[in-house]
Amino acid sequence: MSLWEYANPKKFMGWTGPILPWAFGAAGVCLVTGLIWGFFFTPDDYRQGSTVKIIYLHVPAALMAINAWIMMLVASLIWLIRRHHVSALAAKAAAPVGITMTLIALMTGAIWGQPMWGTYWAWDPRLTSFLILFLFYLGYMALWAAIDDPDTAADLTSVLCMVGSVFALLSRYAVNFWNQGLHQGASLSLDKEENVADVFFFPLLVAIAGFVLLFFALVLLRTRTEIRSRRVRALQLREGRR
Amino acid sequence: MIPDLGKYAAEVGLAYAVSIALLVAIVGLSWRQSKRQKAALDAAEARKNG
Repeated sequence: MSLWEYANPKKFMGWTGPILPWAFGAAGVCLVTGLIWGFFFTPDDYRQGSTVKIIYLHVPAALMAINAWIMMLVASLIWLIRRHHVSALAAKAAAPVGITMTLIALMTGAIWGQPMWGTYWAWDPRLTSFLILFLFYLGYMALWAAIDDPDTAADLTSVLCMVGSVFALLSRYAVNFWNQGLHQGASLSLDKEENVADVFFFPLLVAIAGFVLLFFALVLLRTRTEIRSRRVRALQLREGRR
Repeated sequence: MIPDLGKYAAEVGLAYAVSIALLVAIVGLSWRQSKRQKAALDAAEARKNG
């Protein structure tokens, strides 16, 4: 069987139904474990004090804010190239989850920034590109809501998603492109010297797994909702014609 | 049990409260929309079949 057949709405509803509770369960276990481990059982940082505990929320949320947009880009490209309706609906379903992650990253960053940098906000390359990414999420969701015809909405939002991808990538690499601004380099690195200390790294890894699983579970749930909504619309149109 | 967060207790507490509230909100909203659409589809299918 071809991989594309799993994207058939009926098949998609069939295989996602049974795994949804497991996905939510695994997300809950990882999130609770990661956050409790990080909050209660890790030491303060010698420079940041107890604000280091914000890392377990800020880093996973920022990671997911960017990767949610990348997932939307892939789904949008599949829609534009292969016209798979489920991929367009999955992109639409991911946007509210992605904007929530972006908001968490922006707010926790601001809350951490006040005591550490002495300001809630600075027009730093990474912060600014993240704010623009947030505005792109808003625009993307507004465009879906503004257009009645679902295929036209999917076409136009896919193009917007491609444009916004520039800022999703910029928000990831802005620190490397412009060696200026307040935001430090990536907390996670393959370079042992650059990476956060193990005592913070392992609970952070569990929290990241929790955010990834929660994103996956929410996108599945919301895509199923979108498929049902599309079916309701089709039935209502059919009723109207009678 | 609660760790001593020192002078940054308010910031750390606020960051956790805001983030958990947003996560609970998106899960709750998604769940409610899912239930609502399922009920709408069941009703539409029933009208079609009945």
